[in-house]
Amino acid sequence: MNMQKVMTRMSHLVLPISVLLLLIIINLIKGADYFSITVVKGALYGNIPNILFGASELVILTIGMTLVTAASQGQDISIGVSATITSAIFVLFVINAAEVTLVTIIAGFLISCVAGLLIGAFNGILVSIFKVQPMVATLILFTGGRSIAFMIDGKLSPILANDISNQIGTVIPGVPIQTPIILTVVFIIITAWVLKTTNLRLYAQSVGINPSAARLNGINPKKIIFLTFLIMGVCTAVAGFIAVNKAGRHDSVNLLKLIMMDAILAVAIGGNSLSGGKFSITGSIIGAYTIEMLNRTLLRLEVEPEAIKAFKAVFIIILMVVSSPVVRDFTRKIMDRVRTLGLIDGVLKRHAPETAAVSSPGSIKRKEE
Amino acid sequence: MEPENILKMEGISISFPGVKALDNVAFTLRKGEIHALMGENGAGKSTLVKVITGVYEKDTGNITIDGQPIHFKSPQEAQNSGIGTVYQEITLCPNLTVAENMFIGRGHYSFVHWKHMNEKAAQLLDSLGIPASPGQELSSCSLAVQQMIAIARAVDMDCKILILDEPTSSLDEDEVKKLFVLMGELKARGVGIIFITHFLEQVYEITDRITVLRNGKLIGEYETDSLPQIELISKMMGKALEEISEIEKLAPDASGQCVPVFEASALSSDAGVRPFNFTIQKGEVNGFAGLLGSGRSESARAIFAADKVTGGEVRIKGQRVKIRTPLNAMKRGIGYLPEDRKGDGIIAELSVRDNIILALQVLKGFFKPLSQKQAQDFADEYIKKLNIKTPTADTPIKSLSGGNQQKVILARWLLTHPDYLILDEPTRGIDVGTKVEIQKLVLGLASEGMSLTFISSEIDEMTRTCSRLIVMKDREIVGELTGANLTENDVMHVIAQGGI
Repeated sequence: MNMQKVMTRMSHLVLPISVLLLLIIINLIKGADYFSITVVKGALYGNIPNILFGASELVILTIGMTLVTAASQGQDISIGVSATITSAIFVLFVINAAEVTLVTIIAGFLISCVAGLLIGAFNGILVSIFKVQPMVATLILFTGGRSIAFMIDGKLSPILANDISNQIGTVIPGVPIQTPIILTVVFIIITAWVLKTTNLRLYAQSVGINPSAARLNGINPKKIIFLTFLIMGVCTAVAGFIAVNKAGRHDSVNLLKLIMMDAILAVAIGGNSLSGGKFSITGSIIGAYTIEMLNRTLLRLEVEPEAIKAFKAVFIIILMVVSSPVVRDFTRKIMDRVRTLGLIDGVLKRHAPETAAVSSPGSIKRKEE
Repeated sequence: MEPENILKMEGISISFPGVKALDNVAFTLRKGEIHALMGENGAGKSTLVKVITGVYEKDTGNITIDGQPIHFKSPQEAQNSGIGTVYQEITLCPNLTVAENMFIGRGHYSFVHWKHMNEKAAQLLDSLGIPASPGQELSSCSLAVQQMIAIARAVDMDCKILILDEPTSSLDEDEVKKLFVLMGELKARGVGIIFITHFLEQVYEITDRITVLRNGKLIGEYETDSLPQIELISKMMGKALEEISEIEKLAPDASGQCVPVFEASALSSDAGVRPFNFTIQKGEVNGFAGLLGSGRSESARAIFAADKVTGGEVRIKGQRVKIRTPLNAMKRGIGYLPEDRKGDGIIAELSVRDNIILALQVLKGFFKPLSQKQAQDFADEYIKKLNIKTPTADTPIKSLSGGNQQKVILARWLLTHPDYLILDEPTRGIDVGTKVEIQKLVLGLASEGMSLTFISSEIDEMTRTCSRLIVMKDREIVGELTGANLTENDVMHVIAQGGI
């Protein structure tokens, strides 16, 4: 019975996990060495570490996107640009410091987090108080944000030439796992902790599903929507921090360019409705890694670089059709039928198994008899 | 002569995961009769209707129309073979014209012939005696006329069978009369009408036969004239007659203790209710009586600060307090079950459990979530206490029947142990059995010391439950009734005269 409960609770993860498995199978067919890991200077490298490394920023941004989507019933399209602004501030602080120590880096990071909060507050006020559609509200920064970052940079692409930045972007000597992967894991753990120790999930879902009912139950929908944009702001600051340290320089034009598209896609692959309400962060995270794996799979299959985007598009079309409510309803019907038949079969062979007596019409009827 | 059956259903069974929704049900509909389909929430009425209209596929059983076996695979097929359906909520487009609403999206043609359409609409409206013109915007018609237009839309296609699912729940008495005239007209034309309603008076006024379902099983088919009302109720509930009349004995004691739990003076809100004074004692059940739009709901919302409070003074247990948001009200021990269950009450996609714990959880605060076990225990406790019919606590509330959804919302507020609970139309659109259960519950809670305000458009329900009625008209209090003056007649007199 417990098993069955777990199964129903996990049902929304079926899609992202099966996509992930499918990609793994494709990769294994291409070459059995897919999981092989090599050790270079004490750190692990290989296909899987590369995916985890490459998806770091996307995963973090996807977490914020999931929350914003759930509560505000819309998406934040300014995230890549916002991250460029926050990281510009981080870089400005670091290169102007007399000496770069760990304290400088941490201080710079915290300042960029404050910038992220301000950006989140700006978007959040537009959406929650002025009731601007999220996509339109965030279009403002999406349009003008890179110019702002450019001005902060002073028309240069400043280079982060210090050891600590290099270690944050790659590996810390003696640690076998690349630093962005560790930072991402820490961020995921913090997210899980926040969701466990607060009512963020219940509030955001209630506001996203029925704001009027949420209000009559004492929840202030404006505050919750505002809060999700603040969290998004922190996510952009962290993602920007990782991205700029990975790159080693601040490129205002190309940093995290168009990443919001992948983040929105990851939310959708994760089984979340883009019109808000119930959400699964686990699904979104798997979705984000899936996208990164897809990108690298296409590379590995030696698809022409010009054609990669087209292949990706085809893949996404298939994915969206498979996960559409129409196809889902159809498969559920078939599954129900299969399950009922299977049960009756099982009962004929032996007595009704205790575990199965919960959710099948057939077994309930038998109980009455 | 044996009356002609147009619809005959035998041995219909259908199962959903976890429930047997219909179990070997039979149903017949004669030509030119109005046949009531009665039962509590979850009895299987809607499921049966959906089998007839092709929304659900039956697992077993036979359906024949005019002697021909049929097997609908989609609602469209059912429509094409002459089955029209009109649902409780009007599903037309308010900003289109009457004629457009009657024809658009129905034809097999891709181009609309406007003149032809308007002429046809005028003909149909005229022949059914519906007081509307084809070119009029739908939203300018009264609710009853809109409902009639929905029926006209359903009827216009050689309709043999017309299914009316709670068509009267949002209509006032006059409008219901008009609708009944139309139903009589269709009956005379030989249309078989299946009529689903919760208003027993209406069943006795207009139907010829009654089929009663309970828990997915057929209880019986009766001639309306030979089935006394009280027997019908007991068949629907599956309980002995004594239990139903028990509620009368519980009628509350009007004397009560004299501790005002809540007092308001000159309270007003931006929803347009005039400043009013209001007091409720500990353990008292009172109610706002009045017609729809009289301001009864607006007053309740003003107390809970559901609408923006624009003025007035509020005292709780004698102490002056400020209530500016629903959360303020909740923290002061007030609960509010809103009139619009779908729009303001349920969080549709969330589980029954989350819906039950919501208000308590908000009261506890953002940083103090209940543990999973606590939440589950609370949910289980109230599912049992209020007899909520749900497969599990994890089931989304939207898949429950209306009455059970209402019980979940009730559970949500009971869990917060309020001193004062406002129930706005807690019994609307739910079956007799649950109605009686809720009324009993209200009186039980009052006897435990809770104060309640009970609002209902069925005045007899209020006179039975409340010990004091505040009568409203045109957003103003026009009178107050207690004790011996608390009868349906008195309420109507006060409303009619605008004062005592």
